Amino acid sequence: MKRFRRILEKFIEGILLSSSTITSLTVILIILFLFREGLGLFNRSPLEHNFIIAVSKQNPVQDLSSDQLKAIFNQDITNWSKVGGVKDSIILFTINDITNYFSEEELGASLENLPQKLNEFIEANPGALMHVSEKYLPKKFNGHTIHVKNISVGDFLFGKQWYPTSEPIPSFGIWPMIIGTFLVTFGALLIALPLGLATALFLAEVADIRLRNLVKPLVELLAGIPSVVYGFFGLIVIVPLIQGLFKLDVGETVLAGSIVLGIMALPTIVTIAEDALRTTPLSLKEASLALGATRWQTLRKVTIPYAKSGISAAVILGIGRAIGETMAVLMVTGNASNVPHSFLVPARTLPATIAAELGEAPYGGLHFKALFALGIVLFLFTIIINLTVAYIRNREKK
Amino acid sequence: MALVAISASVFAQKVNFKIKGSDTVLPLTQKEAEVYMKKNAGSSIMVTGGGSGVGVSALLSGTTDIAQSSRSLKLDEKMKLNDAGKAFTEKIIAYDALAVIVNPANKISKLTREQLEGIFTGKIKNWKEVGGEDLKIVVYSRETSSGTYEFFKEHVLSKKNFAPSALLMPATGAIVQSVSQTKGAIGYVGLAYLEKSVRALDVSFDKGKTFTAPSVETAKSKKYPITRPLYYYFLKTNEKKVSPFLTFVLSPEGQQIVLKEGYVPVQ
Repeated sequence: MKRFRRILEKFIEGILLSSSTITSLTVILIILFLFREGLGLFNRSPLEHNFIIAVSKQNPVQDLSSDQLKAIFNQDITNWSKVGGVKDSIILFTINDITNYFSEEELGASLENLPQKLNEFIEANPGALMHVSEKYLPKKFNGHTIHVKNISVGDFLFGKQWYPTSEPIPSFGIWPMIIGTFLVTFGALLIALPLGLATALFLAEVADIRLRNLVKPLVELLAGIPSVVYGFFGLIVIVPLIQGLFKLDVGETVLAGSIVLGIMALPTIVTIAEDALRTTPLSLKEASLALGATRWQTLRKVTIPYAKSGISAAVILGIGRAIGETMAVLMVTGNASNVPHSFLVPARTLPATIAAELGEAPYGGLHFKALFALGIVLFLFTIIINLTVAYIRNREKK
Repeated sequence: MALVAISASVFAQKVNFKIKGSDTVLPLTQKEAEVYMKKNAGSSIMVTGGGSGVGVSALLSGTTDIAQSSRSLKLDEKMKLNDAGKAFTEKIIAYDALAVIVNPANKISKLTREQLEGIFTGKIKNWKEVGGEDLKIVVYSRETSSGTYEFFKEHVLSKKNFAPSALLMPATGAIVQSVSQTKGAIGYVGLAYLEKSVRALDVSFDKGKTFTAPSVETAKSKKYPITRPLYYYFLKTNEKKVSPFLTFVLSPEGQQIVLKEGYVPVQ
């Protein structure tokens, strides 16, 4: 019998061990995958694989920055003299334009004449700027390729433009989203903190047990509502309210996101802070009261200081909840990729961008990798938040 | 991505294949497949989205039998199919028209393509610049990954980028909702999404000579300029397999579904 029990214990031990191993391995694998995909964005050409930018042989221009190329393809720059070339207007050409210059018959049934026609085209149009696949270049090409600068971490973090699908040069600048994410989160905290802590205090110290048993489940219920419901509520109720209240042109603003997120972070803050407040030993409180302190004095001088670490944890976990939230923010902040300069303008956040775009970004492409790089940035933010929680808890223990 | 897969007992014109691609065509194909499967028990048509580009690359890799697309094949996609020695057929199954919408309180009722380009690229910022009242223009657009975004950019903005201040909405329904509650708003949606809470503008693509209102009739007669065909692409070797379904989609009954779903029939 004893032996049997020992085997059973070993068996259960084994199950527990393998479960925890599987969990840790999964987490590590996901992180590895995130970094592998995300880091693939950097130190490579912003052009899609195998594609090049080329100009005629006579053209003196040798390299162009991504910004110049973008301006050219956006038709803001239309003359070569603006980018250091001769005075000649720029003719934009992508491979799909070839049918405007040559008929399908001339190109051949399986496009076998294409390389030769590309040569004819560049000879006839010395002002052309070509965006074509390397594969279809003729062996003796009458032009030269233009060198384009690689994507750097600095451009990614501090770039102000986000045009991930722009052809031929996409822009991956996430600065507006970093600022947007911080502003929305900060606003959410301004709303959720006073409200959440006050509720926690009320539940832990003021409310009688019947009221507490009614209110606490209600607050916790907030955590169970799907975030898309919050988003929809925000879009239909909060957005027009803000628009009317502040007489704005647009109601989809940082503030709308902050309010919705604030409501969503409430259950986390209330539950954890209240639990922390209730861990204060009764003997401490009774001692304070016995010394003649009032209930309010006891609360301020004994209960809150004792629960400080728990309250801090509640605050930081609330931030964590707000910073990673996706769907609700996606629906109410407007997602314009401008750098927001106040709470009353639209903004775009990191998680909302990933959610909105990952579904249709071609697997393995630059856009796909850029979204994973966004994931890395977000991951680092949450890691920092969690480390802060651990640090505060440890410090309090000492 | 939605997924429809139904199979039942053995009967009649049984087919079994996959359709993949554009999210614009997705709801239409789903409905067509549903009705077809109901009529031909035992058939199984699996419909998934993912975007036009995804459908075409699936056709290339042989993981789908029909690629649904809201644009015609790009030359480099044709080249890839050619390189792989895969002959394909293109079939237009319906048309989709994009309506430019504003808030009903807005007095503007028509705009030219050049004006639309100015507004959506951010060069025109106030309604008074196009003859309206002194009110800031708020631009609503779909997300960058949407085929509708690409089509509007290519067709109306002559490939220029949208203004960075444009508000990008995750769904067409959200654009309608926002435009209906924002006075200075402008946006674009598929004909199927037009509602009373927003107003569609007449547009002109000939520098203001003729303005046309979006409707099924004007889209059908090609008078309305922001219209695009919706395609099915399949390999010639698969023709036998998919043709019963294709015949159904192009039949009067299939085209009735097209109309009901808010798209424009081919005939």
